[in-house]
Amino acid sequence: MIPAAFDYVRASSVDDAIRLLGEHGDDAKLLAGGHSLIPMMKLRLAAPATLIDITGIPQLDAIRVEGNRVTIGALTKHAALAASDALKKSAPALWDAANQLGDPQVRNRGTIGGASAHGDPSADYPAVLLALDATFTLIGKGGERKLPAGEFFRGMFDTALGAGEVLTAISFDAAPKSAYVKYHHPASHYAVVGSAVALTLNDGSIGAARVAITGVGDAAFRAGRVESALAGVRAGDDDAVAAACAGAASGQDARSDTFASGAYRAAMADVFTARAVAQAAGR
Amino acid sequence: MQIDLTVNGKRASLDAEPRLLLVHALRDVIGLTGTHVGCDTSSCGACTVLLDGVSVKSCTVFAVQASGHEVTTIEGIGTADELHPMQEAFWSAHGLQCGYCTTGMIVSAVDLLKRNPDPTDEQIRAGLEGNLCRCTGYENIVKSVRAGAKAMREHAPLHSVRDLMPIHPPAEAPPPSGEGIIIPALEKALT
Repeated sequence: MIPAAFDYVRASSVDDAIRLLGEHGDDAKLLAGGHSLIPMMKLRLAAPATLIDITGIPQLDAIRVEGNRVTIGALTKHAALAASDALKKSAPALWDAANQLGDPQVRNRGTIGGASAHGDPSADYPAVLLALDATFTLIGKGGERKLPAGEFFRGMFDTALGAGEVLTAISFDAAPKSAYVKYHHPASHYAVVGSAVALTLNDGSIGAARVAITGVGDAAFRAGRVESALAGVRAGDDDAVAAACAGAASGQDARSDTFASGAYRAAMADVFTARAVAQAAGR
Repeated sequence: MQIDLTVNGKRASLDAEPRLLLVHALRDVIGLTGTHVGCDTSSCGACTVLLDGVSVKSCTVFAVQASGHEVTTIEGIGTADELHPMQEAFWSAHGLQCGYCTTGMIVSAVDLLKRNPDPTDEQIRAGLEGNLCRCTGYENIVKSVRAGAKAMREHAPLHSVRDLMPIHPPAEAPPPSGEGIIIPALEKALT
C-alpha cells in the first residue's frame, strides 16, 4: 500500500518543529516513530501534505527519575521504557504497558509521545497515564502549557494537542504500587480491555486508588466509582476487591466489534481491574 | 528527494519520493529481494530488517527516514557461501516450510540474541511475537532459534549451502524421462 504523496522535512529542535508547523499549516503532521501514523497513511485514512520528522531532536529521548518525579521525553521508544529498571521500580504500570505493547519491532520504533498524541481508543498508555495522573508538556508558538492526562485525552483519536504544538514530555509522581494488565487482542496487540491501577496501601488496606480503563469507551477513562469503592478494602481480600471493581465501565458506552461485544468488554473491565489491583498491591 | 543509506555496509544513494517505503527501496530499487512484503500492515514481520542494529518492520518505515542510517537485510546477515549460524540452524532444524517468513524470522532472531544470547523457549516465543508463520506452527522455529543461539555461543564455523546439500544430482545426469511414472492400471485405461 502506497500512501498519498507528501513533502518530508526534518526538524532540528523543538523551536524548529514549531516554526515548520507554522510554515506548513494544518496539513502538516509531526512524525516520530510513525507506527500509528504510517499505517493510517498507507490505508489513506490520513494524508498529510507535509511530514515533519522530529526524531532527530536531541534530549527528547530520555527517562529521568528525580526524587519522586519521573519525566519521560516524548521521543522515548517503547523498547527503552520496557528495558528501564528505574521505570520498573518507580512506575511499574508504565513498564507493564511498554512491555505488552505491540511486538519487538513496533517497540523498537514507536514512541510514547507519538502513541499518546494519536489518541487511539484501544491504546495502552492512555489508561496508564490517567492512573498515574500524568502531566503533558506541550510547547507551541505561544509558549509552554501543561495539561493533566484527563484533559489531554479527549475522545476517539482526539487529544488536546494543538495543530501548532509539540508534545515534549510526560511526567508523573512515582507510583511503585501500580500495575497495568490487558486483554491482549491476539492479532492487533491492542487492548481489547486494559486496566491500570495506582494504589497506596496502609497496613494491607487500600488507601487511595486511581483506576483507568482503555479499550472500552471512545477514550480511556478514570473509573471513579471503583476508586471510591476500593478505599479501605483489604488488598488481599479477593472477594472484596472483586466487589469493589464491579461495574468498572458503568456509565460508558462500551464499544462492540467483531472481536468483543460491548457487554463483554464491560464484564472484562471488572475482571482485569481486579487483577490489576492484586498485581499493584503485591508490588 | 535524495536518500543516502548504508545497506549491508555499502553506501546506497537513491532519488525517490518521500513516500517510498524502506521495503520497496530495498527490493525494487536496490535489488535486495530477501526482505519480503507479507501483510504490508506491520503485523507479520516478513519485512523485518535491522535499522541501526535493531529490528524494525521495513513496511512501516519510509526510506527517507532511514537516510543517514544503517540498514542490515538478510543478505547482510549471511550468504549462500557463508551461512550465518542462525540460517544454518533454520536449515538443520527444519524451521521453515514455504520459507516466506524465514528471512524476517532470522533477522528477528538475530536481534533477540543480541539482547539475550541464551533465551528460554518462552523468551524466544516472546522475541518472535512480531513475526507470523502460516506453515510450521512455530515448534521448529523455536527449535531452530535455540540451535542457532547455541551455535552462536559456541562460535560455530560458517558453512555454505553447498556443504549442507551434498546430494545434488550430477549436472550431466539425464532428466527423468517420465516413462516410469504411468502406473500399469492407468496405462491399461489409456490403451
